[in-house]
This record gives sequence, structure tokens and C-alpha cells, in this order.
Amino acid sequence: MESTGLYFNLVPWVVFFPVIGLLANLFITNRMSEKVIGWLASFASGAAFVIAVLLAYSLVQHPEGVVVPLAEWIHIGNLQLDWAFRVDTLSVTMMLVIGGVGTLIHIYAIGYMHEDVRFKNDHGRFRRFFVFMNLFIAMMMILVSGNSFLMLFVGWEGVGLCSFLLIGFWYDKDTLGRDSEANANAAKKAFVTNRIGDFGFLIAAFLMFWYFGSLNFDVIFEKAPELAATMPGVVIAITLFMLLGVTGKSAQLPLFVWLPDAMAGPTPVSALIHAATMVTAGVYLVARSAALYVTVPSAQFIVAIVGAATALLAATIAVGQYDLKKVLAYSTISQLGFMVAGVGMGAFVAGMFHLVTHAFFKALLFLSAGSVILGMERGHHHLAHGKHEQNGHGEEVFDPGDMRNMGNLRRRMPVTFWLYLIGALALAGIFPLAGFWSKDEILADAFKEYPLVYWMLTIAAFFTAFYMGRQIWMVFFGKERHEAAEHAVESPLIITAPLMVLAFLSIFGGALNLPKLHTLTLWLEHTIEFAHPGEFLYGVAGLSFGLALVAILLSWLLYQRQPLKAGQPDPLKRILGSIFTVFERKYWVDEIYWAVFVDRYIDLARFLAQTVDGKFWHDWFHDTVIARSFRSLTHFLANPIDLGFIDAMANGLAEVIKQSSASLRRVQNGFVRSYALSVLLGVILILGYLIFK
Amino acid sequence: MVPVTYYIALSAVLFTLGALGVLIRRNALIIFMSVELMLNAGNLAFVAFTRFYEVLNGQIFVFFVMTVAAAEVAVGLALIVAIFRTKHSIDVDQMSSLKG
Repeated sequence: MESTGLYFNLVPWVVFFPVIGLLANLFITNRMSEKVIGWLASFASGAAFVIAVLLAYSLVQHPEGVVVPLAEWIHIGNLQLDWAFRVDTLSVTMMLVIGGVGTLIHIYAIGYMHEDVRFKNDHGRFRRFFVFMNLFIAMMMILVSGNSFLMLFVGWEGVGLCSFLLIGFWYDKDTLGRDSEANANAAKKAFVTNRIGDFGFLIAAFLMFWYFGSLNFDVIFEKAPELAATMPGVVIAITLFMLLGVTGKSAQLPLFVWLPDAMAGPTPVSALIHAATMVTAGVYLVARSAALYVTVPSAQFIVAIVGAATALLAATIAVGQYDLKKVLAYSTISQLGFMVAGVGMGAFVAGMFHLVTHAFFKALLFLSAGSVILGMERGHHHLAHGKHEQNGHGEEVFDPGDMRNMGNLRRRMPVTFWLYLIGALALAGIFPLAGFWSKDEILADAFKEYPLVYWMLTIAAFFTAFYMGRQIWMVFFGKERHEAAEHAVESPLIITAPLMVLAFLSIFGGALNLPKLHTLTLWLEHTIEFAHPGEFLYGVAGLSFGLALVAILLSWLLYQRQPLKAGQPDPLKRILGSIFTVFERKYWVDEIYWAVFVDRYIDLARFLAQTVDGKFWHDWFHDTVIARSFRSLTHFLANPIDLGFIDAMANGLAEVIKQSSASLRRVQNGFVRSYALSVLLGVILILGYLIFK
Repeated sequence: MVPVTYYIALSAVLFTLGALGVLIRRNALIIFMSVELMLNAGNLAFVAFTRFYEVLNGQIFVFFVMTVAAAEVAVGLALIVAIFRTKHSIDVDQMSSLKG
């Protein structure tokens, strides 16, 4: 490679820098201040971002990209897998998002975690948080930069681990800070659900290894059309098993249930892992495997339908939620549905475009939500302090994330309000913010070829605007519904500054791929050869924009014209009745999964434990078969063999000796004369013999 | 001349008497004497046959026997005295400590 002036060789450092950061925080900074710890981690992440920028700069000159080998990894027979980094426009796009958004969230987390560990009274976990965060950045970088499905899988599992660790960050508490196993259970739920998806990923990887003889991207993508022509069933199986992995990691139907529970993690985690980066790994995987998917249109259709169904379902659930972060979680699932539908339809660039803009505005929304929650906590803290002096006891448990406790926060937290509003409008798809452009590109692609998907996504977009409007009115307008909201305090600059950067990106992120310019399309075309510039359809864009405005107007009518009062039921409940209950209870998906899978699984486990292991193996096989037969064998050996034969022989011999000696000893009577008589008789006997022989 | 049969018969009678004495009597001294009687019955048989066959072997043998008898008496009497000293009796039936 002609590397002078180019920075391709620096690519391993996108992984090394976060690793250095986490090692430093793990071993060196344990006695240093929170500022040192937080900024060290932020710099580690920022350095990775700088590397990504340098890589992007190099790619501008050599857009075909390179593969940078680092080390030999697995060489078995014909299988040659190396630890190699793939630098192309797709992976660098992901690196930029991860490094950029990740660094902003790191900086935000310095301020957020500072307060969070104080509200929860465990300062020692501040450092642990940043170790996990750096580990996550490193793993996510491995995921996107790997040159083979196996290396991708290493990162895939690594981010899953980080997700588990960070959801269960307050593992001994619940989301309200009470002692509970709720957070730990949420972490386990995420991990176990992801295992199901990973099973699909692994099967897909095994199939690829079996039919392509390699896990290397280039080899597989080169051979894919050939295999699709001869054995289309295999490619469909590979892509659909991969889709199972995608549904796990990117929280799609039917495996989306873990993501809402994942909100148990601290808010920066929700923003970074469960909105901006990790959950988009599935979208990246499909985009990366574009060469496989385009060979099997039926699989593409299924992916698109799964994405669209998820988008619609999650959007309706979000309408019925009261928890600030839960609404955003379902919104994330819904938006991931948009992306998966996009990449599923073959609109890879549109999907990736939405991934990038979504990373901006959803990170902004989550972080602003964190700011709102902190503000509520501060207000509540202030109150609890005042009350403490009066009557000595706090009130019932306070949920700082419940929107029913909020209201009119724009007065107390104006900066956060404006930032949140920008994020919400971008998400709702309001012109000219980022979400408008990326969402419409997906919709336009769907409109042409997949009308069913188009209509599902359009309805989902309508709901998106509605629940974001509902949220804005409930949180920032109306009357304060809790004393804590009246005393909420605006967040400091370290929290709001990263938000301002994200807000800027949310406003102007759409410029990445404006119609007619297609910057991102041209950029990604070098990697995804199936990328095509999307058309801008005024009808589609106008309809979705109009629907978004109607939805916001509707939410204004419902939630702002007569502001919600404390304890009042949701106005939508009066109109929709039981349908709203369905949304509110999330279609009972969790309950259905419990009834259909989890309980059955527990039954099976109980059956295995009690009947198979307990009754069969332990009671019957071990106790009855082995122990009893051993006992009867030993019984046989002990009684008839040992006692009856061996002992009887020894004892019998002894008895014979004893008897004979007893009778013989009578001869030794001690009377000399009887001995003399014996001698005499003996002599007579011998003489008699001699004489009469 | 007295035929040799007579001597032999007498020798047999003496031997029998001696043997009966050893078997029947309990007094150690009497037993001792009976033993002497048996020895001398043997001697008598020796000399009788010597005369009959006109050889000297028997005569010489008798001397050995008498020597042995004398030695035996010396040892035997010493034993009896030792026994008497410990038991104050020379009843052989009381000396049955080696009874099995």
C-alpha cells in the first residue's frame, strides 16, 4: 500500500485507544478524582474518533479502502482467518458515529454520573462506569472494523457483554434506587434474549463456513451470487438466521422485549448503547452483508416486513407509556425498525443514513431525558431536604422518570427544553431537521417497491410524531404535577454542552445525504455496490410531513389544550378506551412470552431438575440401580463369599485343630505312670510286630 | 545243669514284676527299684544267653548296664530328693504339672 500521507495503518488504534483508556482507569486512576477518570476515558474515546476522522480523510483520496492485517488468528487447514481491520467507507462511517457520539456521551457522563453516584450513595462506581464505557467503545470498534464475520462476532458478543454490565450497573437496585434485583433481572433478560439472536448469527456463520469455506467478507461476497444461483435455499437460510441475530441485537420483532427493560442502565448507557450504536449493529450487519441479501429477494422482503412491523408495533406502544425513557426506548425500537426495513428493502444507504441521523437525535433525546431526570432528582432532593427538617420522614417513593410527575419544566430547565425539542422534532420528521431527510429516503424507497412496508412505516411515522408531541406537552408544558417538578434545577454546562453539539448535528445531519447531492450515497457506493441514490418524492415527503404536523396538532389538542392534572388518567384513554390499554400494557408481549416461553422453560427446567435429575437419575438410577445393585453385590461378596466361604474355611480349619488338639491333649495327663504304660504298650506293639511279621 | 529256658523265664518274670511295679506303684522310690528290677532282669537274660552261646559279649554288656544303672541311680535319687524338697512328697501322681 502506498501509505505515505495516508493514515490507513492507524486503524488498530481505534481499538487500542479505548483499551488503553480502560486499562488506565482500571489500574492507575483508582485514587484520583472523578474529573481525571472521566476526562481520561473521554480522551481515549476522542482519540479513537480522531483516528476515524484521519481514516475518513484517507478514504476521500482512496475510497476503495484497504484491509490492514494486525495478527494471525486462526489458521486451520484451508481456513485462514486473520485479525485484520477493514477500512472502507461503511466501517469508517460507523467508526465516526461511534467515536463522535461516544465521545460526546462520555463527556456528558462525567457530569451525569457525578450526580448519579451521589443520588445512589456509591461513589466507587464512578470509575467502573468509565471502564465499561471504554470497553464498549473498543468492542464496538472491533465489531465495525472486522474483516470477517468471526471478528464481527467477537465485537458483537463484546458489546453484548458491555450492554449486560451497564444495564446491570446498579445491579443491587431498581430504577428508583430501591434495593431490588430488578436491574440485575433486566440485564439478564437482555443477555438471554441476545443469546437467542446470537444463536441465529452463529448458525448463519456455520452455514457460511460450510458453503463458502471461509468467513472472510471478500471471499463470501464474491462467491455469493454463484451459490445463490445453484443453492438459493442455503443463502436464504444464511440471511434469515442472520436476521434472527439482527432481531436480537437491534431489538426487532420478536426479540425486542429486552430493550425497554435495558433502560434500567444509567441514561448515558441508554443513549450510547441502547440507542445510538450497539443496537444499530444489526443494521450494520445487514448493510455489510448486502451482497448476500441482494441475491435472495424473498429474504429481503422478510427483513423489510420484520422491520416495518417492529416500527409500527413499537410506535403504538410508545404512545401508551408514561416513563420518559420507556417512550424513548420504544421509539428506538421503532426507528430501528425503519432502518432494518430500509436495509431489508435494499435501500442500504437510506438505512445507514437513518442510522447516522438517529444516532444524533436519539442520543440527544436520551441525554436530554437524563438531564430532565437529574433535574427532577435535584428538585426532589431539595424537597426531601426541606421535609427532613420538618417531620423527619420522606414521602412515598418518587419516580423522577415518570412523565405524570413532570409538567411545565420549560420554565425551570429552559436549555434542556430547547435541546429536547430539537431532538423531538428531528425524530418526528419535521422539515428540515435530520430525521426528515433520512426517514423520507426510507419511505421513498419503500413507496416504489414495497407498498405494504411503505404504509406500515408511514403509520409508524405518524405515531412517532404523536408520541413525541405527547411527551413534549406532558414534560415541558402544562402545570407541574409534582412538587419536585416545581423545584427542578437546570443541569450544568458539562451536561448541556455535549447536547448542544448533538442538537447541531440533529438539525444539520440531514445535509449528509441531501437529495440531488447524495453525499453519503456516493461515499458508501465504494463499499456497497448495490447502493443507489434515492429519489426525492414530493408526495411521499409531503404526506409524511403533513402527517407529522397533524399528529403534533392532535397531541396538542389532547395534552395541551387542557393540560393534564396530577392523578388524572391519560386523555387518550378516554377516547381510545381499551385500545389504549393494549398500548399501555405493550400488547402483553412480555406476559405472552412469559406464558408461552419462560414459564414453559421453567416447567421444563423443573421437570428436568425434579423428574429427570431428581427422580430418574438420582432416586432411580443412582439410588436404585447403582447403589442398590452395588449394595447387593457387596452383600453377596460379604455374606456368602466372605463369611460363608473364606471365613468358614479359616474358622473350620481352626475348629478342626481346636477339636483335635482338645482330644489329643487328654493324652498329656501329667501322670508319669500312664506315660510309662504307653511306652510299654508301644514296645509290646513293636515287638509283637517284629515277632509276628 | 539248669536249662537256659529257666533263666529266661525267671528274667521274664522279674521284668514283668518290674514293669508292673513301675506302672502300678505311686511311690517314686518303689518305681525306681522296679526299674532296677527290670534292668537286672535284662542283665540276667544277657548272662544266661552268654552262657548258653558261650560268648563274652553279654557279660561285657552287663557291665555297661550296671554302670548305666549306677549313674541312673545317682541322677534319679538326686531328682527324687529335689522333688521331695519342693513337694514334701514323692508320690509321682502328684507331679502332674505338665498335664495338657
